[in-house]
Amino acid sequence: MSAKPFLNIDHVDKIFPLGKGKEYVALRDVKLEIRENEIVSIIGHSGCGKSTILNLIAGLDTITKGVILLEDREINAPGPERAVVFQNHSLLPWLTVYQNIEMAVKKVRDDLHPKEVRDHVMRYIDLVNLDHAKDKYPAEISGGMKQRVGIARALSIEPKVLLMDEPFGALDSLTRANLQDHLMRIQMQTGNTVIIITHDVDEAVLLSDRVIMMTNGPEATIGEILEVNLPRPRERLALQHNEEYLRCRGAIVEFLYSKFAKHDD
Amino acid sequence: MLLKTINTIALPTLLFGVLIAVWSTVAIKIPGFPTPIETWNELLIVLSDPMYDNGAGDQGIALQLFSSLKRVFGGFALAIAVGIPVGLLIGMSKIAQTAFNPYIQILKPVSPLAWLPLALFVFKDVDMTAIFVIFITSIWPIIINTALGVRSVSDDFINVARVLQLTAFERVFQIILPVAVPFIFTGMRLSLGIAWLVIVAAEMLTGGLGIGFWIWDEYNNLNYSHIIIGIILIGVVGYILDTIMGFIADHFDYRKRGRV
Ligand SMILES: Nc1ncnc2c1ncn2[C@@H]1O[C@H](COP(=O)(O)OP(=O)(O)OP(=O)(O)O)[C@@H](O)[C@H]1O
Ligand SMILES: [Mg+2]
Repeated sequence: MSAKPFLNIDHVDKIFPLGKGKEYVALRDVKLEIRENEIVSIIGHSGCGKSTILNLIAGLDTITKGVILLEDREINAPGPERAVVFQNHSLLPWLTVYQNIEMAVKKVRDDLHPKEVRDHVMRYIDLVNLDHAKDKYPAEISGGMKQRVGIARALSIEPKVLLMDEPFGALDSLTRANLQDHLMRIQMQTGNTVIIITHDVDEAVLLSDRVIMMTNGPEATIGEILEVNLPRPRERLALQHNEEYLRCRGAIVEFLYSKFAKHDD
Repeated sequence: MLLKTINTIALPTLLFGVLIAVWSTVAIKIPGFPTPIETWNELLIVLSDPMYDNGAGDQGIALQLFSSLKRVFGGFALAIAVGIPVGLLIGMSKIAQTAFNPYIQILKPVSPLAWLPLALFVFKDVDMTAIFVIFITSIWPIIINTALGVRSVSDDFINVARVLQLTAFERVFQIILPVAVPFIFTGMRLSLGIAWLVIVAAEMLTGGLGIGFWIWDEYNNLNYSHIIIGIILIGVVGYILDTIMGFIADHFDYRKRGRV
């Protein structure tokens, strides 16, 4: 790791005021350094504060204590260098696939000529293999395709960090596997830094260079960090019996269901 | 098949028959009440020369309706021009909502007829009075529905706008209005309905010209079949206005452009 981390989450607390003087301490003293081009996944039980961390990095919510630095610049508002892929895709239903991406590109890349905009948009539609659906409306395409459009839109503004909050959570397992492969291929091509929240142990191991495991809330924090030493490109079939894969999987299962098992809810 | 025929043809015909029967009975019981046949013959006469103009107070039915429609659209246009911006403001700003809400709640239930004398006193002009009364009674559904539309914009879309750093102006035109437009049209449709209700009452009191005046005038002339004709025509025109608004509303509703 270089001397200065690319993304530095430095002793961050997040406290939600609940009114009547009460408050909920969601995150306590979270520290995490993320390298450029790294894929990091965050895993933990429901309600532990995964989305909260992501929202803080995105700048969509305010930090109570501590600081988050991206290339040494403090994050205090949302911005296009930290693109978000939302869980429910959040495509604008009155725009076609093409227009949804075009709208983002036009706003963020105001240096491009109209002709260049078109090429740029088409490049990212191509990246997620959706040329055939570019003139369709979100309501006319499948959930997996919508999520791919969401990814294309996020990537089209060429962010420094791609933030994904359970991007494949709502999809069936076949579509999910397909999108995981898409994501790994795209990341190999673009070299993006990716932070992805997941509930799924296999997804975490397959996609990540490191898996961040969170303790349960309140006062949730990072419990363990697991390095996944698997070469890329990764092939899900070949990994089924891979020792390193099984070791990582075992470590996460151990963490989630033994050390920090959740018995309530 | 048979059931469908009964539903679409037999039932409406039956209802029409009942209506005519009730009407005829009433006409027999009340001396001077026009029968359906008399009314029908009168209707043909009225519609045969709808554009005649014998000067103030004596004009064809089309001219009367036209002058009512002119006032309705005057007040309606004013209500749109003021109501939509105010609704957007209230929907987007909690402060504006708190400031406006008490006045909206208090003014909304005021009858148009209560405004009429005040408007007459201020404007001393029949047209201006009618337009103002329509404006002040039909603006509320536009304001309320516009604000509702703005508030129905999901947080996810707002987050998209925040990540892209859209300006306030871009937010309104690229995110908020597309969501709010169907709501705004619902408000406009309600508003136009109210405007059409109000104009008849307003014209009865102000006199001069218009379908409301015409009905009252025919009452004074003891020409009761014309009152019934007036009622039917008001209903038909109101129905046409509502249908047209419905068409326009669907055209601007992204959910209804051939997809869900
Ligand atoms: N605006 C808020 N006000 C109060 N408490 C909140 C708020 N947002 C989140 N919380 C609380 O903070 C905790 C963490 O929430 P968060 O949404 O980050 O969990 P999560 O790990 O993403 O869960 P899931 O896996 O179910 O999405 C939860 O206990 C939640 O109730
Ligand atoms: Mg979450």
